[in-house]
Amino acid sequence: MRTPLEGTGSIDHELRARTKAALARVLPSGSILGTDEETLPYECDALTLYRQPPMLVVLPATESEVAAVLRVCSSLGVPVVPRGAGTGLSGGSLPHAGGVLLSLAKLNRILAIDSLARTARLQPGVRNAAISEAAARHGLFYAPDPSSQVACTIGGNVAENSGGIHCLKYGLTIHNVLAVRGFTMSGEAIEAGSAALDTPGLDLLSLVIGSEGTLVVVTEVLVRLLPRPALARCLMASFDRVETAAEAVAAIIAAGIVPAALEMMDQAATRMVEPFVGAGYDLDAAAILLCEADGSEAEVTEEVERIEAVLRAAGAGRIQVAASEAERLRFWAGRKNAFPAAGRVSPDYYCMDGTIPRRQLARVLHAIRGMESTYGLRCPNVFHAGDGNLHPLILFDANDPDSVRRADEFGIAILELCIEVGGTVTGEHGVGIEKINQLCSQFDAPSREAFLAVRRAFDPDGRLNPGKAIPTLQRCAEYGRAHVHGGRLPFPDLPRY
Amino acid sequence: MGASTLPVAITARLAEQVRSAAASRRALAIEAGGTKSFYGNPTAGERLDPRECAGIVAYEPSELVVTARAGTRLAELESALAECGQMLAFEPPHFGSGATVGGCIAAGLAGPRRAATGVASGGVRDSLLGVTLLDGRGTILAFGGTVMKNVAGYDVSRLIAGSLGTLGVVLEASLRLVPRPAAESTLSLELDEQAALRQCTAWMASPWPVSATAWAGGRLTVRLSGARSAVGAAQREFGGEVMTAEAAAGFWSAIREQTAPYFDRDGTLWRVSLPANSSPLALAGPQLIEWGGALRWLYALEDAVAVRRRAAELGGHATLFRGERGDVGAFTPRPAAVAVLEARLRAEFDPAGIFNPGRMYADQSH
Ligand SMILES: Cc1cc2nc3c(=O)[nH]c(=O)nc-3n(C[C@H](O)[C@H](O)[C@H](O)COP(=O)(O)OP(=O)(O)OC[C@H]3O[C@@H](n4cnc5c(N)ncnc54)[C@H](O)[C@@H]3O)c2cc1C
Repeated sequence: MRTPLEGTGSIDHELRARTKAALARVLPSGSILGTDEETLPYECDALTLYRQPPMLVVLPATESEVAAVLRVCSSLGVPVVPRGAGTGLSGGSLPHAGGVLLSLAKLNRILAIDSLARTARLQPGVRNAAISEAAARHGLFYAPDPSSQVACTIGGNVAENSGGIHCLKYGLTIHNVLAVRGFTMSGEAIEAGSAALDTPGLDLLSLVIGSEGTLVVVTEVLVRLLPRPALARCLMASFDRVETAAEAVAAIIAAGIVPAALEMMDQAATRMVEPFVGAGYDLDAAAILLCEADGSEAEVTEEVERIEAVLRAAGAGRIQVAASEAERLRFWAGRKNAFPAAGRVSPDYYCMDGTIPRRQLARVLHAIRGMESTYGLRCPNVFHAGDGNLHPLILFDANDPDSVRRADEFGIAILELCIEVGGTVTGEHGVGIEKINQLCSQFDAPSREAFLAVRRAFDPDGRLNPGKAIPTLQRCAEYGRAHVHGGRLPFPDLPRY
Repeated sequence: MGASTLPVAITARLAEQVRSAAASRRALAIEAGGTKSFYGNPTAGERLDPRECAGIVAYEPSELVVTARAGTRLAELESALAECGQMLAFEPPHFGSGATVGGCIAAGLAGPRRAATGVASGGVRDSLLGVTLLDGRGTILAFGGTVMKNVAGYDVSRLIAGSLGTLGVVLEASLRLVPRPAAESTLSLELDEQAALRQCTAWMASPWPVSATAWAGGRLTVRLSGARSAVGAAQREFGGEVMTAEAAAGFWSAIREQTAPYFDRDGTLWRVSLPANSSPLALAGPQLIEWGGALRWLYALEDAVAVRRRAAELGGHATLFRGERGDVGAFTPRPAAVAVLEARLRAEFDPAGIFNPGRMYADQSH
């Protein structure tokens, strides 16, 4: 049911040659990839369902080269798609057939760590994990820790407002970035935020973070670092019903505890990862919760006791507290490797990302189980239970068109359910190209028009990562025609063309 | 979403006022309790009062989220949260009993807890999950939602925090909450400015549960909040005099509400926001320092140029907060490219330029 996407199609070789010549005047040789073999590795991000080789790939090494690329493309009217490490799961850096793929990979230096101000100044291509590695000798760390942290870049994190398992306590990218520097499509330098805790004028940082490379190309990021807690301890609790596990999550929060992490895996998920990781998960449990406390020794002991009491009262069966740091890391290894494990038990997997109010967890997980038989596909669940962010992993076979179609429909059904229970279609992976249609259901036409207005303010001609993140009114009109719910148009307020 | 829970007749009346003002390009001065009307530049216009749009719409403690209409009194909201052992993480100043939720969001001011480490920290925007807004066309727009993690669409809700009503009228907002700390303790130590700044930097580089600091007149006061054991351990390590719980509550409320003796002065009060670990301001005039050094209140004896120059040197900015202003703008001017972008954004949300003209910047409209 996918309407054709903007920016897909074949390469215009004449335009390629012309653009390449113009870019060659502003970039050193070797920074432009312009043959089909060279550009092919960039044809997709981690959402491999969508592929499109770019017209050209450029690899600038400095901020001024980035600005020059933008000015050249702007004057030629050529679209630009920024790319970090390409680990995105929503097709955010999917290339444009008539556009330039702008890789920030060469801008990968940690510019400064200020241990007293507790900040790190970074180029956008710095890997997420490298920040905490570099900060460790000062007893500091960078809190947002996406499972992809060894590969993904801070520029990509800023673009997606990425989260991780420790975001429940320490916040998302938005809560941990102080300022960004970047360039609009016209090549104009923009700074948003500052090293101070507020900035005069409108809070443009809030718009730039999570804008999926559609407002500015980020060339520098100032993040806040936090003092590393002395100790972290992880509990693993087994439940004989998924519903009970979901209720236990609400009970922990209601008890006034904000654990460092609170994650759930259902039985399908624990059975999928255990053979690969040997985490020691209880494979008979219908679901397990992983719950972490951090702080000083006394603080952790106090919190672990409170958590244990709440879990017991909420109906937990076996509760194991990691006896050592090695065991704690093993508990997490299973969780963090869930996606790769899915890739090993199934030819392909499709990771969804809706967020729902916590009280709806049991209902939604139950509904997903029903959908498994409707669509004839398996769907293990591993997710950020503490903040209601689901990651159903739909297992399918990309070589079987019917399996692809069913996976696609299964995904859409999950997303529409998330909206129905008062949630959102994406908690941290972004809209990209993947969920562009679902935004039509989640927001009414005037609110979507306001998003388009924001985009116009930054990029009047719509050349920066076009077709991503925000649907055009026309696209929603087409989607509306294709998806008439129960004979009633879902968006009666939409202008119809 | 949000729009459906709004009181129809009231919002229709507000929308009508906006539409008619837009049609004749008449300025509107958005004002609810009027407790923060001193903040920003003076603005003139027909009054738009959103206070009828009031009430807590949804509060589910286990979701750590509350949704309230703009006219809800901040005091009413905070006492409802306190009953369930929760609070707003940003400890907003009220500046008067009439303070409302909408005004608190539009002003974007956070209190003593702003620079805390850990869960309960951040500014207004960090807690804002969703906003329903009446734009300059009289259209109701809904952004964000009620869940903790949401990256669908641009984060316009957070953009509204601190926008001083210049993008639209806040009708309703959803805010993330935090549990009240299990234990709290306030200590004070005799230290000069330089030593106090160094001490704060040292504390904040380690995982101590510091939730507020205030230095004035040679005395540094620090609040600890968190697990009983963590607060106890920090108290032993930090030393100093321990305040009684009542004295501490009174002290922090006086800092937050600016009723402390320090604020009982004539003259121009500057709010200087600086990066962590900045040097002393070294400007003439009495000072009160919060946020571990990142926020410095100053009754400056020198002029605006000197204060702004020094703030910029230190990588921060200076806001003329209260008192005599002459022809000095309240906020530090921003770079031209940013000003152009802001003007374009305003033109999209408020095409007729009717909302609080000049409140933020004289050149705020296009
Ligand atoms: C196995 C696996 C696990 C994952 N786990 C998590 C998780 O736990 N939490 C989570 O939030 N995400 C997760 N992700 C998703 C992904 O890693 C994040 O979205 C990440 O932030 C993307 O970073 P990237 O550098 O790979 O960006 P890319 O995929 O290259 O790009 C992502 C988006 O950012 C834009 N972009 C990149 N760099 C810039 C820049 N400098 N300026 C402007 N725009 C830019 C692109 O245009 C695109 O829209 C996971 C992905 C995988 C494959």
